[in-house]
Amino acid sequence: MTGVEGFMYPNEVGLQWSVLIVLYPFITGLVAGAFILASLERVFHVEAVKPTYRLALLTALAFLIVAPLPLQLHLGHPERSPEMYFTPHSTSAMAMFGYVYLWYLMAVLVFEIWLDYRKDIVLLSQSSKGLLKVMYKVMSLGSDNISPRALHIDEKVGWIVTLIGIPSAFLLHGYVGFIFGSIKANPWWSSPLMPVVFIFSAMVSGIAGVMLIYMATTKLRGRTIDMRCVDTIAMYLFYIFIIDFSLEMLDLIHRIYEADESFRSLDFMVHTQLYIPHIVIQIILGTVTPLVLLFVTQVVKLPEQIRKRIYVISGCLALMGIFAMRWNVVIGGQLFSKSFLGYTTYKMTLVTREGSLVAIGLSILPLFILWALIKLLPPWATEPPTHTAAAD
Amino acid sequence: MNAFKDAGHLFRFAGLFVLAFVVFLLIRGYVVPKSFGQYGHYRGAAIAEIGARPVKYAGHEACETCHTDQANAKSKGKHAHVNCEACHGALAKHADDPAAVTPVKPDSAVLCARCHTATAAKPKGFPQVNPADHSNGVPCATCHQPHNPAIADAGGAK
Repeated sequence: MTGVEGFMYPNEVGLQWSVLIVLYPFITGLVAGAFILASLERVFHVEAVKPTYRLALLTALAFLIVAPLPLQLHLGHPERSPEMYFTPHSTSAMAMFGYVYLWYLMAVLVFEIWLDYRKDIVLLSQSSKGLLKVMYKVMSLGSDNISPRALHIDEKVGWIVTLIGIPSAFLLHGYVGFIFGSIKANPWWSSPLMPVVFIFSAMVSGIAGVMLIYMATTKLRGRTIDMRCVDTIAMYLFYIFIIDFSLEMLDLIHRIYEADESFRSLDFMVHTQLYIPHIVIQIILGTVTPLVLLFVTQVVKLPEQIRKRIYVISGCLALMGIFAMRWNVVIGGQLFSKSFLGYTTYKMTLVTREGSLVAIGLSILPLFILWALIKLLPPWATEPPTHTAAAD
Repeated sequence: MNAFKDAGHLFRFAGLFVLAFVVFLLIRGYVVPKSFGQYGHYRGAAIAEIGARPVKYAGHEACETCHTDQANAKSKGKHAHVNCEACHGALAKHADDPAAVTPVKPDSAVLCARCHTATAAKPKGFPQVNPADHSNGVPCATCHQPHNPAIADAGGAK
C-alpha cells in the first residue's frame, strides 16, 4: 500500500486505468483534429492549407489504425473485445463508440482517401510493377475509369463525405469526452463540458500535429515550406486554442464557484500531486506559452525563419499540453478517494504490458504507418511544380 | 446511363461494404450463442450451466446440526448474524463427509484483522483496532473467544 496518503477505499489504491488510457484519447484527438484540418480545404475552401490536405488525411488514418491498440493492450481478455460489436448493449457508451469508430474509419476516412487518390491509384497501377501493381489494382477495386466525368463525380461525393465527416469527427472525439464526462460518480470527470473540451483540444492537437508533420516531411524532402500554408494553419491553431483554453477555464471557474463537496479534495490535489502536470505542464507550458507565442506571430511581422521556429516550438508545446490534459483527466481522476479523505499515487512501470515503453512504442507506431502510407500513396504527387521546385 | 457507368467504381466500393456487412452477420451468427437474449442481455443457457455447478456452501443450519456448542456461543454474542462459512470458508464437502474433509482452523491473527482493522470508513460503533498496537502479533483467539468475542471482565470487546 505504498504511496497512499489519508484514507482510500481498497479498490481505489491501485489505478485501474494506466498511461495507455491516457494515450487513447490523445491519439483519437489527433485523428479528429487532423481530419478537421483537412476539411478546411475541402469544405470551407481555405486554399492556403491545400498542401496539407492529403497529408492530414493520411495522418488521421495512421493514428486511427493505432487508436484501439492501447485499449486492446489494457484489456485482460482482448480476444473478447469483438463481442462489443456482436452483442452491443444500448447502455454501453463504449459499445456505441465502437460503431462510431468503425463508421469513421471505413465510411469516412478510408472512403475519402480512396476517392481523393483514385486517379493516382489507377495511374500507379498502370506504371508500377510486381507486387505493388497488384496492390494498386486491388486498391482501385478493378476500376480504371478516370474519365473527367468519373473524377467529377468523385469530387462531388468526396465533398459530401467530408461534410458528413466533420460531425463524425466531432462524434468520434466527443464520445471519448463523453465516456469520462458521463461518469457521475467521479467529480473530476463528471461534467457536460467534457465532450466539448475534448473536441476542441483534439482540434488543437490534430492541427499542431499535422503542421509539425508537414514541416518535418517538407524539410526531409528538401523542399520549401509553404509559408502561406503554415501561417494559415498557425492562425487557425491560435483561434481554436483560444476557444479550447476559454472552455477549460470556464470549466475551472465553474468548479471553483460551485465548490461542491469534492472541491476541497480536488483543489488540494491540484496544488500538490497534480501541480507539475496540471499547472506547470498543461496550463503554463502547454497552453499559455504557445498561445503567447502564436499571438506574437499574429500581431508582429516576424521574419520567416523566426516564424517557422515559433510554429515548431508552439506545436510541440501544444502537443505536450494536450497530452498533459489527457494525463490529468485520466490519471488525476483516479488519484483521490471517493471518501475525499485520501490520495493515492500512480507509478508508471517501464517494461510491462501497460508500461511506459509500450506507450512510447504506441506513440511512434503511427509515424511508421504514416511513412508506409506516404510511400504507398504519396500526398504530394499532384502538387503543382511551384511547390516542389524551389530548394530550401 | 453514362453517369451510372462513370459512377460504377462507387458501386464497387458500396459492394465492398455490403460484403463486409454480410461477413459480419455470418460471423455474428456463428459466434453468438443461440440462447443469447433469451431472458436478457446475456446467454440464457448460462443459468442452467451455473445451476448445474456443485454447491460449495453448506449453510449455517448444516453446521449447527453437529457444532451445537459453537452455535450456542455464537447466538449469544455479537457474531450471531455472521455466517459460519464467512470465516471458515465454503465447507459443503465437509458437511457431506465430515471424516473425509477436515477444515483448517482459521488463523485469528489474520482473519479478525480483515474486519476489525481500524479505518476511517467504518462506523464509529464498530469494534476496530490497530492490530499491531492492540495485540502485537498475538492471535486474537488467545484472549477473545471467536464465536462470542466480548470479554466479560473487560466489559466487552474494544
